[in-house]
Amino acid sequence: MNTDTKQILLDPLVDNNPVILQILGICSALAITTKVAPAIVMSIALTTVVALSNTFISMLRNQIPSSIRIIVQMTIIASLVILVAQVLEAFAYEISKQLSVFVGLIITNCIVMGRAEAFAMKNGPGASFLDGLGHGLGYSLILIAVASVRELLGSGSWLGFEVMKTVKNGGWYEPNGLMVLAPGAFFIIGLLIWAMRTWKPQQVEKTEYRIEVVHRTEVM
Amino acid sequence: METYIALLVRSIFVENLALGFFLGMCTFLAVSKKVETAIGLGAAVVFVQAITVPVNNLIFAFLLKPGALAWAGYPDVDLSFLGLITYIGVIAAIVQILEMFLDRYVPALYNALGIFLPLITVNCAILGGSLFMVERSYNFSESVVYGIGSGAGWALALIALAGIREKLRYSDVPAGLQGLGITFISAGLMAMAFMSFSGVQL
Repeated sequence: MNTDTKQILLDPLVDNNPVILQILGICSALAITTKVAPAIVMSIALTTVVALSNTFISMLRNQIPSSIRIIVQMTIIASLVILVAQVLEAFAYEISKQLSVFVGLIITNCIVMGRAEAFAMKNGPGASFLDGLGHGLGYSLILIAVASVRELLGSGSWLGFEVMKTVKNGGWYEPNGLMVLAPGAFFIIGLLIWAMRTWKPQQVEKTEYRIEVVHRTEVM
Repeated sequence: METYIALLVRSIFVENLALGFFLGMCTFLAVSKKVETAIGLGAAVVFVQAITVPVNNLIFAFLLKPGALAWAGYPDVDLSFLGLITYIGVIAAIVQILEMFLDRYVPALYNALGIFLPLITVNCAILGGSLFMVERSYNFSESVVYGIGSGAGWALALIALAGIREKLRYSDVPAGLQGLGITFISAGLMAMAFMSFSGVQL
């Protein structure tokens, strides 16, 4: 693998992560991360859709007239999502019920549209596939990290295995109910962004407004 | 009548699409920097949501539902797997028609909404509203109420967050939390406040 392809694949994992840096695909990252198992299924579903939609759109990129490109991209993405939803219903019915409307909402997940528009329309199928795979994995990374924290603190387990015995089952850990509720997800992602930007300070956003101390003598 | 009021209150406050189900988050975070733009987008979403949910309800009831094609002589046909592609097509078409209609007859509103109108097509709150309507099998009049309520709830959350962010600009936030980070935390606090509505019984 030469450096260029490696760059395309690995860049979205940390340096240019779709969820926490480009603010794409947040809806599902927040909604289905109360447990690790659905998060993993969702990650696989989204990675499949984004990698394949990138490949197909890139193959067709010279045939698609630019005035109707959005609707063509939508159709390709929607067909892939229907395929994934049907496979999930057939082979993982329980989890597909838990994910409820969020499998369908992959259609409007901005990562898929965003990559189709920004990368697949300009590059060959091979590179587009890798780009889709990379962004899918970057998304999966955040999803599984958030789900791990929420399941561990919210139910004392990880991927269904008991890690910290809860009080209800005769153990010592009192589960933090906030973690399984909506606000918990917002807080975890906020803190994750903080941690990430402390590690990589070049990702910090510029302040729009600065408060500075002005001494009265300088004004006069 | 009572059930409709209960449904309206529930869809605006308790099951708020943005803060309870995280739908339309991308636009929710991107467009909440100024109150004026937030009001414009909020109005557009209420409008589109109030039309698309009932229309998708009719399409589901008369074309896609298992056995829905009985009126055309095909009682055994089940087209519900075509749901996703149909709803997104309907949404895209309605947004397009609405855009042309406003451009022709209400140019002031058209200019105020600007770029937000076409962007609504990919707002997952709109598609999510239609999918929830199907999942909870609302009938036509319920879907009208749900469309208006869920749109209004989303708009309310967006405008409130924009108000908070306008004030936040002048506060001294730690460098790593600047911008996106602190927005998430404030949205979390708002979600907590909205959760207190879940005690409302009608």
